[in-house]
Amino acid sequence: MADRTPAPDTPELRARWGSFAWTEENRKKADWHIAKYPAGRQKSAVMPLLDLAQRQVGAETDTQGWLPLPVIEYVAAHLDMPVIRVLEVATFYFMYNLRPVGKFHVQVCGTTPCMLRGSDALFETCKKRGMSKGHVSADGLWTLTEVECMGNCATAPMVQINDDNYEDLTPERLDAVLDALAAGQQPKTGTQEPGRHTSEPAGGPTTLKAMVSANHDYRGEW
Amino acid sequence: MPKVTVDGQEIEVPNGATVLQACELAGKEIPRFCYHERLSIAGNCRMCLVEVKPGPPKPQASCALPATEGQEIRTDTPMVKAAREGVMEFLLINHPLDCPICDQGGECDLQDQSVAYGRGGSRYEENKRAVTEKYMGPLIKTVMTRCIHCTRCVRFSEEIAGVDEIGALYRGEDMQITTYLEQAAAHELSANVIDLCPVGALTSRPYAFEARPWELKKTLSIDVSDAVGANIRLDSRGREVMRALPRINDDVNEEWLSDKGRYMVDGLGARRLDKVWIRKSGKLQAASWDEAFKAIAKAKPGASIAAIAGDLVDCETMYAAKALLRAMGSDLLEGRQTGLSYDTGSLAAVNFNSTFAGIETADAILIVGSHVRWEAPLVNVRLRKAVKRGAKVFIVGPEWEPTYPATFLGGDLSVLNKLPKDVTDTFKGAERPALILGGAGLGKGALGACLALADKFKLVRDGWNGFNVLHMAASRMGGLMLGYAQPGGIGDIAKAAPKVVLALGADEVDWSAFTGSLKVYIGHHGDKGAHAADVILPAASFAEKDGTYVNTEGRVQFAEKAVFAPGDAREDWTILRALADALGVTVGFDSFAQLQAAMIAEVPALGEEGLASYGALPKADAKAKAEGEIAGYPIKDFYLTNPIARASAVMQRCSAELVHGEEIAEAAE
Repeated sequence: MADRTPAPDTPELRARWGSFAWTEENRKKADWHIAKYPAGRQKSAVMPLLDLAQRQVGAETDTQGWLPLPVIEYVAAHLDMPVIRVLEVATFYFMYNLRPVGKFHVQVCGTTPCMLRGSDALFETCKKRGMSKGHVSADGLWTLTEVECMGNCATAPMVQINDDNYEDLTPERLDAVLDALAAGQQPKTGTQEPGRHTSEPAGGPTTLKAMVSANHDYRGEW
Repeated sequence: MPKVTVDGQEIEVPNGATVLQACELAGKEIPRFCYHERLSIAGNCRMCLVEVKPGPPKPQASCALPATEGQEIRTDTPMVKAAREGVMEFLLINHPLDCPICDQGGECDLQDQSVAYGRGGSRYEENKRAVTEKYMGPLIKTVMTRCIHCTRCVRFSEEIAGVDEIGALYRGEDMQITTYLEQAAAHELSANVIDLCPVGALTSRPYAFEARPWELKKTLSIDVSDAVGANIRLDSRGREVMRALPRINDDVNEEWLSDKGRYMVDGLGARRLDKVWIRKSGKLQAASWDEAFKAIAKAKPGASIAAIAGDLVDCETMYAAKALLRAMGSDLLEGRQTGLSYDTGSLAAVNFNSTFAGIETADAILIVGSHVRWEAPLVNVRLRKAVKRGAKVFIVGPEWEPTYPATFLGGDLSVLNKLPKDVTDTFKGAERPALILGGAGLGKGALGACLALADKFKLVRDGWNGFNVLHMAASRMGGLMLGYAQPGGIGDIAKAAPKVVLALGADEVDWSAFTGSLKVYIGHHGDKGAHAADVILPAASFAEKDGTYVNTEGRVQFAEKAVFAPGDAREDWTILRALADALGVTVGFDSFAQLQAAMIAEVPALGEEGLASYGALPKADAKAKAEGEIAGYPIKDFYLTNPIARASAVMQRCSAELVHGEEIAEAAE
């Protein structure tokens, strides 16, 4: 598992992030999230607010964003919560980065279905491009993380890069995706298998074939 | 009242009971780690599995399962046994096998339960998890590798203490219990998590590697660090008190103890008076008992003798001094060292009448001049409970940090004469309104105005008395019952200019008012009182003598002697008895039993453990007005309020680190 400890509390960190505050737009979003819950239950908005804060940090640093301790404290104060409760949430969920990441956070699934379908080769591909687990690459573009199942087993292997999934990958397809991202383009998200739309069976259905285009009553055939 | 069957035995359980409670009612022992009667239910240790029908055909966590009509519960089936063994095996996977060097050894839930419910041996051959130590302050030592993630400590600080500072970071097998950025747990009840921890993850730092539980003598005692009178157990080895632990008493301290009550005991071994001292030409010099008694007799006090009781003395000591003074023909007795002079005509008016258990049920509370969190942390816990049930709290006095929502009405006492509308509205609509008057309020003479308020808001009604005075000294109520009060307070004593003043452990007195008197200090610590004294007679601390204490709610409690006093020090009553001989008077007792009998004959309430009855509240003077500004509270430093605590290295460190915020570098262990 990746290192989930928060970035150390140093004077530099405080100096850089101590004055964090919502942008006007994000303040409105934060209020909108808080308004979803009854008065006095503003704590329930902690997860969307942490995500919002992470995105704002990302926008400021041109990365996917992460949560420095002063930012976590800011969210806690905004929600009138003890900081430790917010830190509990931030350290629990993997979508919150507790250390700086690159512009593209490449999260490669290494759980069994993906591993059987070749995720090891995807790690190799990433490493060949200069990524290493838990570190930001020298050009500031990439951070590689191995993650557990993301629920795309039908289209394994997969990687998640920032907000998008890329599935049915081979080393070549992943290279193409990463090249496109590096070039500032938006590659096609979802499955990379030609002819496949989402997670329907690859090579056409093998069961319930009579139901593909219309409903069919199988009960008489049992 | 659902009826359930536990192992074939049919019992009725209260509504809302859990299966675990049903099993306990049936006399079955259910192993558990995360479940605790006074905390919310977490259901995360899984140790309390039982078989329940009807229900899924698998073991169920009994702590989180409500008992319902017709349930058949089995705690003795092979499935339950296997389930417990399985859970225990998983708990032990990451638990180190370091019981020989663990302070919890011998009083460890995990150790006991693995013997009782675990497998005989381990099958685990993989690597174990290790967790770095976490700093949690000067009182709590952590060995987090031992943690089994029951989250009792997290729930305690959130629910009981009301200070959210401990949390569980990360998840799964990486889960770690810590404070935010490893800051010290800085509240007055922090060390209770040590008792709650079922394993050796959180242990006592001052007590680390000091003793094993089976080599300690256990003595039932009473905490004297405040006027709550928490029930404690003193664990001693030889002549040394090793630690103090809370005893369970739902009426007083539930099962908590303030950090001061728990950790000031190391002060019992420091700065002790263990020799007789006499001041000769301005310098204290060691002397013998005989010389000291002669020096006092030489002063020929006659009726010109006074006694001032300190905060920590027991009723027997105060009675012995009273008997001595009476034999001399004097009644110059005073216990309110700092100069308070409130009216003590009716003890009901200076008592915590709601009782601690009762204040939990109050629905409107007005606190006048009391920093409850420092003056009585365990009462603050009760107030927090009341607020959780919906009570509204208003506080008159400088702001402090309550652990519950409260409205501060400012420090000016005149606000009592005309309370804001929301306060009066709340009190008028309240069914169980209460007022708590603290030391700062008493000092400004707010007692009359508060009694008038009690009349106005009908604080006393059927089955409810909401008028409370919160004292800070363990000896206060006992002293008042024994007549340790002058109409003008200690000022009257000073005015009488007695030839001899007996200071019974009195360390907070301004001695400059007694320059003409021979000051005889009978006490146990070389503190402020001893510095000012002309003759020092070394006496016993609360741990070194039997004694009766009355807490601020008028509860008479008895403490037992745990160890012997050091050196030449004697129990206080024997000193006073010998002094009577030296002064040539008879006091009418020659043994502790006789002394106690005489005391009880005079004040019968002191002979019965439990709440003393002080009668009805006196008629209030409706014209009484409160005035003046409460500038501050009597307690400036929670950890250093009495001579024992001031002598304690642990309390000094707590004060430096937690109150004064000094950085204390952690020595690498």
